[in-house]
Order: sequence, then structure tokens, then C-alpha cells
Amino acid sequence: MTNKVIENLYYTKSDEWLKVEDAIGTVGITDYAQDQLGDIVYLEKIEKGKKLKQDETLTTIESVKAVSDIKTPVTGEVTEVNIKVIEDASIINKKPYGEGWIVKINIDNKDELKNLMNDKEYSEYRKE
Amino acid sequence: MQEKDLLVTPLHEEHLKLKARMIPFDGFDMPVQYTSIIEEHSAVRKTVGIFDVSHMGEIELRGKDALPFADYLVTNSLMKMKDGDIKYSPLCYPHGGQVDDLFVYKVRDDFVLLVVNASPNYSVKDYDWIIKNRGDFEVDISNKSRDYGEVSVQGPDAIKLLEPLVKGDISLNELKRFKFIMGELFGKKILISRTGYTGEDGFEIYSFKSEDIIDIWQGLLKEGKKFGIKPCGLGARDTTRFEVCYWLYGNDIDETVNPLESGQGWTVKLDKKNFIGKDALLKIKEKGVSRKLVGLYIPQGGIPRSKMEVKKDGKKIGYVTSGNYCPSLKKVYAWAILDLPYTKKGGKVDIAIRNKEVEAEIVETPFFPPFNKR
Repeated sequence: MTNKVIENLYYTKSDEWLKVEDAIGTVGITDYAQDQLGDIVYLEKIEKGKKLKQDETLTTIESVKAVSDIKTPVTGEVTEVNIKVIEDASIINKKPYGEGWIVKINIDNKDELKNLMNDKEYSEYRKE
Repeated sequence: MQEKDLLVTPLHEEHLKLKARMIPFDGFDMPVQYTSIIEEHSAVRKTVGIFDVSHMGEIELRGKDALPFADYLVTNSLMKMKDGDIKYSPLCYPHGGQVDDLFVYKVRDDFVLLVVNASPNYSVKDYDWIIKNRGDFEVDISNKSRDYGEVSVQGPDAIKLLEPLVKGDISLNELKRFKFIMGELFGKKILISRTGYTGEDGFEIYSFKSEDIIDIWQGLLKEGKKFGIKPCGLGARDTTRFEVCYWLYGNDIDETVNPLESGQGWTVKLDKKNFIGKDALLKIKEKGVSRKLVGLYIPQGGIPRSKMEVKKDGKKIGYVTSGNYCPSLKKVYAWAILDLPYTKKGGKVDIAIRNKEVEAEIVETPFFPPFNKR
């Protein structure tokens, strides 16, 4: 089992990470999540402009053996989709925190960040 | 963590040492992957992989009627088998659905080994069925599933790895597909067959004492290092078999699927004197099947999984039996049982993948050719 975490990111209980730069949040799935899924082979297309509430399903991800929903860590509108991971979802296995980012979201309400964990809390949450 | 009441193979400790991810499968706690399904798949296709298949069941038939009894049980024709021959066959119920699919190893006229799928409590399902149908045949039936250990060594380098190590009457270079010999490996007595479930050249190695398989597993991992051998889990076992369209009992075939509709028709010898399921299968053959197992290509939209509905113009016409991403082709395929009018090659159907319908095209099988057809 691997569970690398990165400082200064926010984490969800459903294993997404969120990087906040001003009002823009970048969303991906954690190292723990990619490891649990195994070889990722499909990420369902995401529409730009989609509006979602915190914890709503953003898209679906599939590995050879499993299917899982990816949820949005914060309420907002999808402003950018990482086309590279739609075309080759295995990037998420290799670089879950870097090139494997999934969408950027215009954050509606920064108060919601209080509901998320920091790296230490998440690391503890997913400790074996 | 191991779930309660699951059986373990003699290699269970080895899997834990290798930090395999374990899952329950047919009553056993089995490795699904060690590192990555795709890496393990690729080792089988390009070099060599080793699978623990000790969960498989072995049932010995001994006595005067061993061969005629086996011939009565299964749909394939066994009476002309020579010592050392192996045949694949469905094992049918009287109604033509399948109890299991299995391999028949003819050791001698009075000794036949049936290698069956794992099921809870050491393949007791097959064993009970066979006992129930003994009738007047003079045969001793023993369930040896607990005693045998088994590994499967698969891939183009399997022969290079095993040939120098296995001592037997003939060199493995002389051993043809679907033949087996008795031999010795690392000082342990074995039965070795040139068979497999991956679409590659390979061997299946049985130890008669289950614990002997531990030395064989460790020895082959060590000797196989120079070929880049990888321990492979059930995940890669599934992706390798699926690409070349080998049936998985419980998914593609079961008690509701007869071998004439699943493409196993070549194993049904209706000219045989008598066998379980003959009457039903004769009728189905005369009338023609009402549905068929077909291959589907899914250009985009997700991965079909077992039991998902297949539709045409909104109407249900069948269901997916297996579906996956095929690592050798980097494409998504499925196998589905569809009503006969919808089974023409090139036809388009829809698969209900969760909340959406995804287009699929009926294509030739296998999706990826086995090694001897490339």
C-alpha cells in the first residue's frame, strides 16, 4: 500500500485532493486512491462549465478491476478539464498529484474548506 | 486481511510475503495482483509469469471404468484419448446447462484426472455431481483438491525456464500442446502439462503433495529472475484469458448457458453413445440456438462489466458476461450473450453502463490471437 501525501493541499474522505490558488481549485485523486484502484484505464469525460455542489459526483474512474466515483471537494464551476488524463488515464497512477490532475474549479465559497482535511489529518485517516 | 472462513492455498504465506493484494475468490483468499495487473499481464505476453492456481480442484477417477465414466460425464469424446493426452470439456446437467468446464487428463485406462474449477469447500460441487452420477460404473472417485498443489507458468520464456529444470522421460521441448508427463522438479514429484489459460505457450505444474508446491514456486521465482519472471495474480489471469476469449465459469458460462450457444460447440460430440445432457443438446441443435455469445468492441464510454444489460432500440436483448480493458490491444472489449437476431458481425448494440447507454459493435473473437495464431 502506498499513501504519499503533499503539504498544503486539502483532502477529502473520499480520497480527492484540492489545491487552492486564489479562487481556483485544482482537483485530483490521492496516491492512496490510485493505489487502491490499481491500473486506471478510463476516466469519464467531464463537461467544462458543469456546476457542482461540494461532495457531488464529478466523474467516474475505472481501473481493470474497479469502478469509483470522483467527488468534488468544493462547490463551484468546472473551468478547465485535463484532456491528457481523459485521453490516457494511466497518468493518474504515475503522477496523481502532478500531471494527473483532473479539473480546475472556480471555488464558490471558501468556508467549505473547513470541511476538508490537511495532509497530516489525511495521512492519519488513511493509515493502515 | 483474510476474511473469515476462506480457504488458503499452500502458497498463501508466499503471497503475503510478496505483499500481494488479496481478495476472496471461489472460497479462497487469493492474490489479485502483486504490483500491477497490466505489468503482470505484460510479463505473461512478453517473458514469463507464474500463477498460483492451487485453488483449482483435482478429482481422480480410478478403476476399470475410469475412462468410460469420464466419457459419460462430459460432452467431449474421450474414448480415443491416449495416455498423456488432455482434453477440454464442458460438464453438463441433463438440461444442457453447465455444472462446470474442466480438463480431462488421461493417465492410464484405469486412471483419469479431472481438473475442475475452484468452488467453495475444495470443489465439492463438482465432486458431489460426479459421485451422484456414478451409477453402475466401476470407478473410485476421490476428491484430491486439498492434496494437489498447482502453479501455472506462462509466457514465451516458460519453456526456456522449465526445460533445463524438469526431469522426465522426455524433454519439455518434445512435449506437445495438450499433453502431459510425470517428472521431477527441485526434487519434487510432479505432473506437468503443456497447457494454460493465457493464450501463451506455457505449462501447468501439479505437485501431489500440496506443500511441495512451495519449493517449486520459490525455485521458479529464483531461477526465472534471468527472464524477468513475475508472480501474477487473478487480475492478470482474467485479462490474459479474456483477450483470447477463454470462458470463465461463473461469468461466461454457468448452469443457464449451454455449450452450443457459448461457442463451445466443438466440444459437444452428439454422435457419442451416451452422456449427460445429450438429449437436451440434441434438441437444441435440431431447433437451433436462440441466443449466442458474441464479442463486442466498445470504442468509448466506459468498461462493460459482467451482468450489465445489452439493448437494441431500448429493448433488452442480452447481457454482458465479461468485459474489460485489454492491455495487449489498449482497447475495451466485452463478451455478451445476445438474442440470435442481433448477433451478426458489424451490428451495433448499446450496453447499459451504470446510468448511460454506450455503443458497441459486434466483432470477431478472439480479440487478441493466441500465440500459435499470431
